[in-house]
Amino acid sequence: MSQGPGFTRRQFNTALAASGTLAALSPFGIARGQGSKLKVGVLLPRSGFQGFIGQSCQKGADLAPGVIKQLLGVDIELMNADTETNVDTARTRAERLIQEGAHVLVGPFDSGAASAIAQVAEQRGVPFVINIAAAPPITEQGYKFVFRNFPTAIDLTRNGLSLIGDLFRETKVAPRTAVFMHVNDTFGQAMFKGISAMLPGITNLPFKITETISYDPAAKDLTVEVSKAKAANADFLLLVCRLNDAIILRREMVKQRWNPMGIISPGSPGMYEEQFAKVLGKNGDYCISNAPWFNPKMNLTKVVDAAFRKQNPKEQFVFHGTNVAYTFESILIAADAFKRAKSTDPKALADAIRQTNITDRVALGGPIKFNAKGQVEGNLSACVQNLNGRPTVVLPLAAAEAKAVFPMPGYKG
Amino acid sequence: MPSIDLIANVVVAGLLTGLVYGLMALGLSVIFGVVRVVNFAHGEMMTIAMYAAVALFGAFKLDPFLSVVPVAIVFFGLGYAMQAGLINPFITRPEHSQFMLLVAVAIIMVNVLLMIFGPSALNVQVDYQLESFELGPVLFDKARMYAAGMALATSAGLFAFFKYTSTGKAIRACADNNLGAKVIGLDVKHLYALTFGLGSACVAVAGCMMILLVDVVPTLGPGYTLLAFVIVIIGGLGSMPGALFGGILIGVSEALAGLFFAPSAKSMFGFALLILVLLFRPQGLLGRKP
Repeated sequence: MSQGPGFTRRQFNTALAASGTLAALSPFGIARGQGSKLKVGVLLPRSGFQGFIGQSCQKGADLAPGVIKQLLGVDIELMNADTETNVDTARTRAERLIQEGAHVLVGPFDSGAASAIAQVAEQRGVPFVINIAAAPPITEQGYKFVFRNFPTAIDLTRNGLSLIGDLFRETKVAPRTAVFMHVNDTFGQAMFKGISAMLPGITNLPFKITETISYDPAAKDLTVEVSKAKAANADFLLLVCRLNDAIILRREMVKQRWNPMGIISPGSPGMYEEQFAKVLGKNGDYCISNAPWFNPKMNLTKVVDAAFRKQNPKEQFVFHGTNVAYTFESILIAADAFKRAKSTDPKALADAIRQTNITDRVALGGPIKFNAKGQVEGNLSACVQNLNGRPTVVLPLAAAEAKAVFPMPGYKG
Repeated sequence: MPSIDLIANVVVAGLLTGLVYGLMALGLSVIFGVVRVVNFAHGEMMTIAMYAAVALFGAFKLDPFLSVVPVAIVFFGLGYAMQAGLINPFITRPEHSQFMLLVAVAIIMVNVLLMIFGPSALNVQVDYQLESFELGPVLFDKARMYAAGMALATSAGLFAFFKYTSTGKAIRACADNNLGAKVIGLDVKHLYALTFGLGSACVAVAGCMMILLVDVVPTLGPGYTLLAFVIVIIGGLGSMPGALFGGILIGVSEALAGLFFAPSAKSMFGFALLILVLLFRPQGLLGRKP
């Protein structure tokens, strides 16, 4: 055999052995632990009935690599995957992202999907940082690779109910009854349980829930549900919703000429989204969401806002603030851990995430620090009311941009 | 116990929605009754009609009631072409081949819609959409009333066509006795294509009306295909009055189930009704025994 300028048999065998060793070690993170770039698998419901919110969260992910490169000097490669608002799809997409080399997973704006991805992440030993998902059990399973920087349904409920008390005190109105409507999914059920458990113990809230109505989150028609709620003749509507159902429900309320004192969400998305304001116009005004919100006064918020406007010149940050803030922060947490761990080894990354202490943040609340369960405590909510087609902070007073309007105009008592 | 007013409001809403469901299922029933092919792309076709109404509204501010005419004409043509070009060669093939063909067509339709319109929900915003008539304590949602009226008018037109026109009678002859129709010289393939065209036009009208009631997303189709199946099986596969009756039955029973039981479980009652019909009257409530 001729010995040309190409590979010799010995060189070929050496290369084969080396690549074999690399391939054999890679499942243990030994080879991939030396990467200079962090591959972040982003799982979001960019289609399906949560598509709007998933796309909104995606904007936070899209701007993250640029901002984080400036802040930390870390290179990030996003690996985007659409969960299609489907738990099974979320699970298979998570598996595929890990197979394709994702060092860390973030997402997925849904408690059901988050539970499924958490199982995959734990089995495969890949860190998973949840951006938005509130069901408490996710961080109660003793998982070692699952982290959440978002209030649990219990925290959301506590913050939300507390803000309702503040709202009534501030507007000097004391409604006596409420009808409670909630989506019948993992998140909605968790909120329902939280509210049912907490409300009787809160003495500064003067109202009683006279009727509870759960509905399908993918409902196309809520006529019966709204008829039933209207017939309860309660002073106001306490609502745990998503986006599409919130639009359908509000439309149906207008059709059925139901004008309660107010529509108040104790901690769910939907009514502060751009699509809600765009589709409903004036009918979307005065709805109140006590939701995790961004802190407009933080420096990092200004940096993220600027990056958002650069990437989305036709859109307003305020409509995407919460989704962008929490999605951005989930990637920031991963990048910060990568910088400290100096490795993409999953275990080293998970250990570094556990040691996170980020004080300059976008979302309202204290520093990002994980407790032993992988949960960040101290994330706060704001009372946000839609005024003139824009979600506006009305409480806490320190961050208020306008005075709360309650009861809603049109309420006849 | 809910008040009489509440029950009346819920029944009225269920009845009006049921009529639109019935119109949608009518197209499926007509096609199966004559061509003996089950259109598994039925809901997807209605979704396309809904997008067509949205596009016409966006481009020309055309009210979906006026969109009915151009959309139904285009759908008639497309339905005719689909039957003549794609489905006719499958008529004599085993049912699983027809099933696979139409499921493939449905999947292609959903993905094309996703590529063109994206995953976001779209709708039309007409002046009367949030208005309602009031009759004592009962509210009649204007959009639902108009849509139900259109469903009744379209169904009446279709019944009249099949009963009084020579083409309609020829199509019925094909449905009753395919071989006999061929013997007396009827162009069966042409009549099949006409029937598929008519069924598609029905779906187009239903889609234009449905956009007044629900927002459209590309993935809406499979749910409506399933709903149409439930309705025609309950009413009687191949029976036109059965489809309309099945639609009303499903609309009202779901509404009442939502009122008296958990609203989030209301679709369960449609399927419970389906099981009862399959057990005790498999040919459907208004269907004929084979």
